[in-house]
Amino acid sequence: MVRGPVRGVSRSYGRGMPRSPSSPAFWRSPLRGPWFTSVLGVVLLGGITVLFVTGLVSYAAYNPNLSPVNDMTPDKGLLGFYLFSWPTNPSWLYRLTQGVHVTLGITLIPVLLAKLWSVVPKLFTLPPARSLAHALERISLLLLVGGALFEFTTGVLNVQLDYIFPGSFYPLHFYGAWVFFAAFVAHAVLRVPMALRNLRHLRDEDQRPRTDDELVAPDPAPPTVSRRGALGVVGGGSLLLFATTAGRSFDAPLRETAVLVPHGGPEPGGGPGGFQINKTAEAVGIDMRETTGETWRLLVEGRGRTLRLSRDELLKLPLHSAALPIACVEGWSTSDQWWRGVRLRDLAALVGYEEGTAPDVLVESLQRHGAFRHAALRYNQVRDPRSLLALFANGEDLTPDHGYPARIIVPAAPGVLNTKWVARMTFGEL
Amino acid sequence: MRRRVLRRPVLRRPVLRRPVLRRPLGKPALGSPLQILLLACSFALAGYAGVRLLAGDWFGVALWFVGAAVLHDLVLVPLYAGADRAVARGLGAVGRREWTVYVRFPAAFSALLLLMWFPLISGQMAEHYRLASGLSGDGFLARWLLITAVLFGGSAALLVLRLFRSSRSSRSSRSARS
Repeated sequence: MVRGPVRGVSRSYGRGMPRSPSSPAFWRSPLRGPWFTSVLGVVLLGGITVLFVTGLVSYAAYNPNLSPVNDMTPDKGLLGFYLFSWPTNPSWLYRLTQGVHVTLGITLIPVLLAKLWSVVPKLFTLPPARSLAHALERISLLLLVGGALFEFTTGVLNVQLDYIFPGSFYPLHFYGAWVFFAAFVAHAVLRVPMALRNLRHLRDEDQRPRTDDELVAPDPAPPTVSRRGALGVVGGGSLLLFATTAGRSFDAPLRETAVLVPHGGPEPGGGPGGFQINKTAEAVGIDMRETTGETWRLLVEGRGRTLRLSRDELLKLPLHSAALPIACVEGWSTSDQWWRGVRLRDLAALVGYEEGTAPDVLVESLQRHGAFRHAALRYNQVRDPRSLLALFANGEDLTPDHGYPARIIVPAAPGVLNTKWVARMTFGEL
Repeated sequence: MRRRVLRRPVLRRPVLRRPVLRRPLGKPALGSPLQILLLACSFALAGYAGVRLLAGDWFGVALWFVGAAVLHDLVLVPLYAGADRAVARGLGAVGRREWTVYVRFPAAFSALLLLMWFPLISGQMAEHYRLASGLSGDGFLARWLLITAVLFGGSAALLVLRLFRSSRSSRSSRSARS
C-alpha cells in the first residue's frame, strides 16, 4: 500500500480538471493503456467467437428449415446458409452448447464492460474523422458497441422472462447477432494484430507505457490499484457471475449455488416430478378437464389415416424407457430423467409407415398460448429409439406441469420442441 | 514489491498529435483502401441483417440498439466514474485514499449484479416467474443483499488483515532498528 503522494505525479494532483472529454487530459485513470485494453480485447475475441458459434448452433437445433412452426425468422435468407439436420447424438448436445452460450455470455459481461470503459476516451476524440477510412471505422464502432450491448441485454432479459424488448426475442437476438458480428469481424481484423503486438511488447504492465498512445492518460491521477490488480478484479467479477450461474445446468445440490439466476436454487417440489419446469400448465392455459381419461384422446394422423387413442390404449402399446435431459434455450438444464412411453417410430408404424421409413412429424399441444404450442420434428429425430411420447417420468405418471397425459421427449432437442400436453401428431414429409 | 508495481513513471508531456497527413489542401483524405474495402464488406453484411432486424418495430429496435450504446457511454460510465471519483476524493480527504479499492470492488460487483438481475431482484417479475417455472420469485432481493453484505464484509476483513500485518511488520522493523 502506498501512503501519501506518489513520486512523480504529485505535481498534477489536485489541479483543475479540463472540462471537455475530447481533451486527453480530461481522462485521469492511470489504468487505461494499450496493455489493459489488449488483454480484455483478446479475451473477448475468443469468448464472443464461442458465443456466436454456439448461438448459430442453437438456431440450427430448432430445425427452422423443417417447418414454419419451428422458424421464428422466416425471412432469414442467406443467414441460414449453414443450417443442417440437428442430430440426436449425444443426447446432452444441446444441454452443452446452450449451457456454454448462456453461462459464458453472463460470465463475459464484466470483461465487456471493462473493455468499453478502457476505450471510452476514444468516443470523444476530435476531429471526428481524419479520413474516409477512419470515419467508416467510427460508424462501424457504433454497430459494434450498440450491437454488443443489444445482444447481451436482450439475452439477459430473456433469461429472466422479461420480454420488454421491441419484438420477439428470436429475430431480435438472431439478426442483432449478425449485425454485431459483421462489425466485430471488421474490428478484429483491424485491431487484433495491434493487440497481439501490444501483448508481446508490453508483457510487464510496469513497463513505461507508450505515452503517445491515445489510451494513456497524459495527466493521470495517482493509482489506487495496479493494472494487473484491476485485471484481477475484472476476472473476479466474471468468477462471481460464473459461480452464481453455472449451477443452473446441474441438479441439486449444485443448482443451489445459482442463487441470483432463474432456475437456480431449490428444485420445484420433491418426488419424481420435482425437476425443472419451463412453463406450468397454468401458465399456458391448460384446462385440466381436457386431460382426464374420459376426455383426452391423442389424434395420430398420416397416410390418410386417423387414429384416436385414449391413454389406456397407449399404455397397451409396447412401452420403452430412455434417460434424457431437458435443456432450455434460456441456458438451464436438468440431468437425465427416466422417461417411459411409446416410441415415436412405433406411432408412425400405427398409421402405416414400415420400419425404418418413419417420416417427420408435426406435434400439436392442448396449450392455448405459447409460441411453441406446435412443433415439428425431423425424421432422424422420429426414428431415434429414444424418442418417446412419454407417459411417465421417473417411474410415475407425468405431473400436470410436465405435460400429463403425454409429452414428447427427444434426445438433444431444445426444450420447447419437447411438446407437452400433446393432442395431435401428424406424420408425413414436412 | 508493491511499491514498485504501483510506481508511476515520470511522464513527459506526450505527443498527442498524429503526423500531419501530406495532402493537397481541400482534398479529403481517403485513408487505407484496404480498410475501406473491409468496412464496406462489414456494412454490407450488417445491412443485410439490419433490414431484417428492423423489419418489425423499426423505431423501437433502432432506439434499443443506439440507445444501449448512448446510455452506456453517456450515462452509465459517467455515473460510475463519478461515484468512484467521489469515493476516492472522500477517502483522500481523510488521508485514506488507498482504501478506495476496498470500497470500489464490493460496490462494483454488487451494482453489477443489481443491474443484470434487476427484473428479478426488484420483484417485478416475481408473479410471472412463479407462474412460468413453478419456482418462488421472491427471495432474489434478500439473496442479493446477502451477497452484497458478504462482499463488503470480505473486503473489510481483507483491509483489517492488511492493516494488522503492516502495523506488525512496521513494529518489528522498528524494534529491529532499535
